Amino acid sequence: MALHYGEEHLGVTDVFGEDVGPPLGGVFTATQGLKTAWNSPLDERGILGTAMGIAYAGGKPVCEIQFCDYAFNSIDLMKVAGNQRWCSAGAFAMPIVVMTPNGAGIRGSIYHSHSFESWASRLAGWKVVMPSNPLDAYGLMLAAIQDPNPVLVLLPKALMRVKGDQPIPGEPADSDDLGRMIDAPIGDRTDWRPNWPAVEEYIVPIGKAARVREGHSATVLTWGRLVPLCAKAADELAREFGHTYDVIDLRSIFPYDWDLISRSIEKTGRLLIANEDTEVTNFGEHLLRRAIDEHFYDLLVKPRTLMGKHLPGIGMNQVYEDNSVPQYPDVKAAMRDITAEPA
Amino acid sequence: MADSNDPDDTPADRGGRLGTAGFIPAVVRSGRDAMSTEVALTVFRQMVRTRALEERGIKMSKSGEAYFWIGGPGEEAVNVCLGLQVNKGAGPAYDYLHLHYRNAGILLGMGMPMLDHVRQLAMTATDRHSMGRNFVGHYAMPEWNVVPVTSVIEVQMVMAPGTALMQKRHGGEGISIAVSGDAGTAEGDFESCLLWSSRPGNELPVLTVVTNNGYGISVTHDSQHAVKHIARRADPYGIRHETIDGNDPVVVWNAVARAMRYVRTQRKPFVLEAMVSRLHGHSSSSGAQRNWQEADCLALFEQKLIDGGVIDADQVAALREEAKAEADDAAVTVAGEPRPTPLDVPLGTYAPSAVDAVYPKDYTGLPQRRR
Ligand SMILES: Cc1ncc(C[n+]2csc(CCOP(=O)(O)OP(=O)(O)O)c2C)c(N)n1
Repeated sequence: MALHYGEEHLGVTDVFGEDVGPPLGGVFTATQGLKTAWNSPLDERGILGTAMGIAYAGGKPVCEIQFCDYAFNSIDLMKVAGNQRWCSAGAFAMPIVVMTPNGAGIRGSIYHSHSFESWASRLAGWKVVMPSNPLDAYGLMLAAIQDPNPVLVLLPKALMRVKGDQPIPGEPADSDDLGRMIDAPIGDRTDWRPNWPAVEEYIVPIGKAARVREGHSATVLTWGRLVPLCAKAADELAREFGHTYDVIDLRSIFPYDWDLISRSIEKTGRLLIANEDTEVTNFGEHLLRRAIDEHFYDLLVKPRTLMGKHLPGIGMNQVYEDNSVPQYPDVKAAMRDITAEPA
Repeated sequence: MADSNDPDDTPADRGGRLGTAGFIPAVVRSGRDAMSTEVALTVFRQMVRTRALEERGIKMSKSGEAYFWIGGPGEEAVNVCLGLQVNKGAGPAYDYLHLHYRNAGILLGMGMPMLDHVRQLAMTATDRHSMGRNFVGHYAMPEWNVVPVTSVIEVQMVMAPGTALMQKRHGGEGISIAVSGDAGTAEGDFESCLLWSSRPGNELPVLTVVTNNGYGISVTHDSQHAVKHIARRADPYGIRHETIDGNDPVVVWNAVARAMRYVRTQRKPFVLEAMVSRLHGHSSSSGAQRNWQEADCLALFEQKLIDGGVIDADQVAALREEAKAEADDAAVTVAGEPRPTPLDVPLGTYAPSAVDAVYPKDYTGLPQRRR
């Protein structure tokens, strides 16, 4: 719906990628019925480069890498996209949006379970966002479209078809109604046209985190798939032990909301950083470094991280996934631990 | 052409004219190709200027006025003939240029002052292309659709279909010109460009120009590429192509004109491969010494114009002096110009954004606490 709003009101000229156009409308059906959607060759470098060319010539492209697992062969083009403005001393803007499903949780095996945010955080010149609910996905996508810089929108695979608590402004209350309006029918869809609800503009500014639970016992800094797990654990731990948590959904990987993070650490003196990307040179380690640099004397106990294991991949049998990336019991245990340690 | 001893054969009959050097023919020929004398002289003058600029650049890289040199001595015929025929301007009605790093001749042909090249070479703050950030020849000129030249080999090839798509949609005769070296065509991005610009029903106005100098740094083309002519790789895509002698401006001028006419009017891709020389090696990293074994397009053209009575040795010398003086003046000018300061380092990272809470204007270092 964000892309529909984008092409109707924000000047999006092209929504494209592999299987993005009709008849499929995206492997997660997120691009069905869009008037500017088209299918590209199966060529991620071509997708990135073409998006850059469209942007040079005045267009506003939103392109998709089908899974972030397949973005690695175009990471140098991402680097180039991120440096075009700087390299040209500000002469050329690069207003492209790249969206791609991110992370584990759909039993995707080795090549549909990667996380990309730590890699992406090193792409200077880009902005990188990762919503954890549909309303933020809508608001961040509209921000990404309006921002005249390259923006990478990482969509947690596990949350892509989850219904949110808060509706998008203009979204019908009944999700079945919405489905009947915008989901393409199974089978022949040549004559099908979507009946878009009149959605409204809603922007989640880039660089603004969300405090999804408020508390005093510890700060839990997280993003993507783990956000609902951390929120759920915060609720349970409050009931079971009376601990309360600031659960911060980072939402923007870069730029990140240091203001909110820093104030929360100052308040709680305890920090857990949780995400599912692999643990060596994980983006959370950068935040940990800043926390230590700037809050060493505010911290009551050693700060902690909960991250994916440094492994070549996530195997197909559920045993692999359960033991590679943080699951709910791991999240809850880590959150319990950080409040249990005496100051 | 008629015999010049024929008493009835006056210059006017032949469309020629009398100049200070005597009779000047109307056209210069190479095989089936011809070029008007006027165009030939323009091309020659721009080739002389380009060579003078490159030779000045090599000297600057050795004297310490510059740090690194890379450029196109040996490719002047192709670059100048291309640059003079570009339809320059901003936006999809005009041509987009996705260049290689040896294309000074294209930009001089289009009218860029030498100074704009030398400033980048000397890494000054006044360098309009990159503020002293990029290697020389890495131009970026929005007013002429010259998108930033990137050192990463072949990435320009995947951007060209994007600008061409917008040009096709826009209508008119604007085309996207993508220039590549020969070794770089081994990258998948070369093939991507062919594929994306020939999608059935969605063909795009992309003119790919491969300057084949026979080398990728130290590796010979023949040792890595079984396909004899790179341009033939366009065949499976149904893309038209031509391989030409890039050392003969008469041939090049006409081939570029034909290729451009086709791409402009048919709105379909074309691959033009020009066999060129590399007269000063790969870059200053390999010494940039003059290689006298390879054909020199400028010397050959000079001889041709002298033999044809189009120009005489004195006029050539004058043109050369003029070009050298222009390059020397540029070098003197940049010597006194400001260099970037530490404050300039992050500038121009981000465009101002109304939806960014941290960097509404530009990058300012890592995110900080708000006061
Ligand atoms: C992707 C990539 N790989 C390697 C290099 C290092 N490199 C710079 S120039 C060059 C050779 C390019 O040869 P060619 O495409 O024939 O162009 P030429 O320099 O001969 O004009 C190489 C390997 C690079 N810049 N980019």
